[in-house]
Amino acid sequence: MNIHNIANHLNELGDNSHTGFQFDCYPIDGDVEVLQVNVVGREEIPVFVSVTDNQILCISYLWGEDEVNQERRSEMFETMLELNIPMPLSSFAKIDDKYVVYGALSVQSSMEEIEQELSVLSDNCLEVIDELVDYLK
Amino acid sequence: MGILNKILTAFRGGATEVGQGIVDANSTRIFEQEIRDAEKHLTKAKRDLTEVMAKEMQASREVDRLKRAVAEHEGYVAQALEKGNEALALEVAEKIAELDQELNDQQSANESFSAHATRLKELVRKTERQVTDYQRQLTMVKTTESVQKATATITDSFAGSNSKLLNAKDSLERIKARQQSFDDRLKASETLAEENSDKALHDKLAEAGIGEQKSNANAVLDRIKARKG
Repeated sequence: MNIHNIANHLNELGDNSHTGFQFDCYPIDGDVEVLQVNVVGREEIPVFVSVTDNQILCISYLWGEDEVNQERRSEMFETMLELNIPMPLSSFAKIDDKYVVYGALSVQSSMEEIEQELSVLSDNCLEVIDELVDYLK
Repeated sequence: MGILNKILTAFRGGATEVGQGIVDANSTRIFEQEIRDAEKHLTKAKRDLTEVMAKEMQASREVDRLKRAVAEHEGYVAQALEKGNEALALEVAEKIAELDQELNDQQSANESFSAHATRLKELVRKTERQVTDYQRQLTMVKTTESVQKATATITDSFAGSNSKLLNAKDSLERIKARQQSFDDRLKASETLAEENSDKALHDKLAEAGIGEQKSNANAVLDRIKARKG
């Protein structure tokens, strides 16, 4: 499993996806290869996919520390912790100064599972921003 | 000290720059070598264990055989004594003494194999546990590094292009607006389709002379005639 298999699958999927979404994939070159997956209609919030030895990581950026209303920061944390389990397949995390939602899959996952992960992650992302926008500046 | 602590310390120390690993590449390689060594020890310990367990079984079979032989010869002694053949009884008794000695030797060998097997089983369990733990720790380090590198890749890619990651609010608003306009268009086309199908039906009904009719001169004349009559 590597990002190119995933990209090929998603690009060939066209209208035949199981999730009702269309995906546009753009591999990004770097130290670690990353696949930028744009859900059509939601290009502003892409999902970034990378494959390591034992897992596939799907990450979407929510907002930066600079967007957080600092007075309500701990309230925001508490809400995130409370939502962490109810939120299907995804969890909250922080990378450097950015808050993210991410999902980790086994490298043995099927393409359908990856597709589902991406669509759920994208849905979760929109819902989380909508729900937590009050904690932002 | 656990690996989580090292990762956190590295984060707090700002080891988030590209090329500045959580644990430097060299120590990751050393760690991987340690795991490979531990795995080698594990394989050897498992092979030794199999061998010792085989010897243990062999010794235990030998113990059983000797016990049976002792019992058998004790029977012979009793029979010889019954027949008053003391000399034969003594000869068999000497054989029993030999067998006893052999039995003792085998029993102590058996016990020593058992103890060895127990120790090896314990060692295998410990080593397996350690290898799993090493692998878990290595996974954590590698995942952290991979995510950091991936982040750097993403950041570089966005810095190098004209596109940029918008802030969360703006992104959501744009997506929602797009969704809304799509929904509006969908609704508009649905309404249009509905109206069109209504009109088509209406036309058919009118053609068949059903429903509201357009007034025409003949109809007016008929109506007036009917009123007069």
